[in-house]
Amino acid sequence: MKVTVLGATRGMGRALARRMAERGDWLFLLEHVPDELECSARDLEIRGAARPVKTAVCDLLKPETFGPALDAAEKELDGLETVVVTAALFGTQEQLEADSDLAARLLVANYTNTVLFCEEVRRRLLRRGGGTLCVFSSVAGDRGRKPVILYGSSKAGLSHYLEGLDHKFRAAGLKTVCVKPGFVKTGMTAGLKPPPFAGQPDDVARRVLRAIDRGTPQIYVPPMWRLVMCVIRKLPRFVMRRINF
Amino acid sequence: MPPQPYATKLAGWGRFPVVDGLAVKSEDLPAATAPAALSRGLGRSYGDSSLPADKNDVIVDTTLADRILAFDPDCAVLRAEAGLSLSALNRALLRKGYFTPVSPGTQFVTLGGMVASDVHGKNHHVDGCFGRYVRRLKLRVADGRIVECSDEHEQELFRATIGGMGLTGHILEVEFTMRKIPSPWIFGESERIANLDAMVAALKEAAAEWPMTVGWLDCLARGENLGRGILMKGRWAEADEAPRKPPPAKRRFRVPVPFPNLALCRPNMKAFNLLYYWKHVRRVRRGIEHPASFFYPLDMLDDWNLIYGSRGFTQYQCVLPHAADNGPARRFLELFISGGGMAFLCVIKDCGAEGDGMLSFPRPGISIAMDFPIHPRKTQPFVDRLNELVIAEGGRIYLTKDTFTRAEHFRAMEPRLETFNAVRRKWDPQGRLRSAQSVRLLGDSV
Repeated sequence: MKVTVLGATRGMGRALARRMAERGDWLFLLEHVPDELECSARDLEIRGAARPVKTAVCDLLKPETFGPALDAAEKELDGLETVVVTAALFGTQEQLEADSDLAARLLVANYTNTVLFCEEVRRRLLRRGGGTLCVFSSVAGDRGRKPVILYGSSKAGLSHYLEGLDHKFRAAGLKTVCVKPGFVKTGMTAGLKPPPFAGQPDDVARRVLRAIDRGTPQIYVPPMWRLVMCVIRKLPRFVMRRINF
Repeated sequence: MPPQPYATKLAGWGRFPVVDGLAVKSEDLPAATAPAALSRGLGRSYGDSSLPADKNDVIVDTTLADRILAFDPDCAVLRAEAGLSLSALNRALLRKGYFTPVSPGTQFVTLGGMVASDVHGKNHHVDGCFGRYVRRLKLRVADGRIVECSDEHEQELFRATIGGMGLTGHILEVEFTMRKIPSPWIFGESERIANLDAMVAALKEAAAEWPMTVGWLDCLARGENLGRGILMKGRWAEADEAPRKPPPAKRRFRVPVPFPNLALCRPNMKAFNLLYYWKHVRRVRRGIEHPASFFYPLDMLDDWNLIYGSRGFTQYQCVLPHAADNGPARRFLELFISGGGMAFLCVIKDCGAEGDGMLSFPRPGISIAMDFPIHPRKTQPFVDRLNELVIAEGGRIYLTKDTFTRAEHFRAMEPRLETFNAVRRKWDPQGRLRSAQSVRLLGDSV
């Protein structure tokens, strides 16, 4: 499998890229810090990637970098096949309420720019007859909740967009995989109190990889979160106002 | 945005003591270590060596910094970030024919922790400690500088860091030489041994022939049976005798909740020890073994430390000098048993030469390690008595396992401490780097 990953240097993206490298996939990495890219590329090569792992600088806060980065990936991999987006910004609701600059950056990166990146990918994949686009959204986008109002709203928009893409373009060969992680123990969630069914990045990576192979349009990881969010979506407003979940 | 410290409770593998501190966890170790007093990996040291001295001390969790930065398959030199675990390293390189030159009894340790504890393994009698294979270290020292040290450059700092319990600087990157192995399988032999003299003699005899040896002791057996147990010996299987497939991943189980404290009463312990000894029905068994069951038998049980109940447990490990009549080891076991000590896991191993690490634990002699549950009143005086015997016999203890030793006892068994402290004072005059253990044992101020 030929995979281009935006965000493979940390967290779940790192774990997923390693799983891909272990089974000998052909990887191309996109990220905004060149040194980080190099370190992660070497790491993946040593862990078994089929060919030298090439990279290009791509910054989610700078949409003008998307086109050239994807051009480089297309050239290097001889055509895109699977594109994975795990990169995003995170801030707690308190941080985002206090810092409107951070909030603005997060909303732009997680919604507007992620969608623009996906649009670039969509055009390229459709041009060559299809492919897979796997994007990490979040369970935070499933319902307006007190601890993740701003972050969740950006992910809600992204989830809607991905669902629409799937409806419209699956017949044309573009498979969209929307990943909705619940609480996963990564650097992003360090310091937050983990709920009982918190996941590990490597386990998430295993499930996401299976979803990519099968073209599953939407996946909750860990799977328990499907049930949790099913309940949360059904709770009446007067309950949501009272609980802090 | 730099990673933010957050308040949390921390404990070592023994789950005692449990202390408040500030933790910070990030892929970016250089950024995370800037404000920190200590780094910690997977928290497998038993006592307080990875714990903060004060609730306002920042402790870095290094486990997210786990990239392999370089690997040369020809000379087997590997460089990685300090948070890389041995299990991840085995997953990546074992089937390609490379293994760590020295492995502790669990693969859930980080490279940084292996350096800080200067870990030893079943091959200590021939191969020494992990530190012997470390070529270079990248450290963040107390004044914030990032220093690359080795035996050629800043040798003093390098040697103080090997076995230095993370007190000389935050270990950021480790470069060491891996070992090429003929196959990823083990050829092992195990033998039931009747008593301590026979055990020590068998260890000595096996040392000439086998690169890896370790003994398990039934530490509740007394009198004639004192020191009876099972001696395990192994070597890497040659390619032509090993199965052609790489070892499959082992199924793992989880201990869900702490066992009731009563589960560890004397009859249960006795029954376990008896069963474990007699399960080895044939006197000698030999054959091909899965490397995980040879090196890491306990790793199949996640959170096995919960078996010791809510009060937690400690491990006492010391090394006692050789003696013709095995007197020191015998007196130690007798004192352990008469003092009411009981353990599931009692491990005996002959150690080879002392390494270059300034505070490195092993020295020539017999090392004995035993786990036991903590008793709120009895454990401290018990450990004191064990320590007094170890001092009298000229032995020493392993900091990575220690929770209860007193500073004066440690000074009495560690003549090398002054040299180590001098290096620390030179690199950290303000005493910024410290752990709960360094305050307890090395005289650091809170």
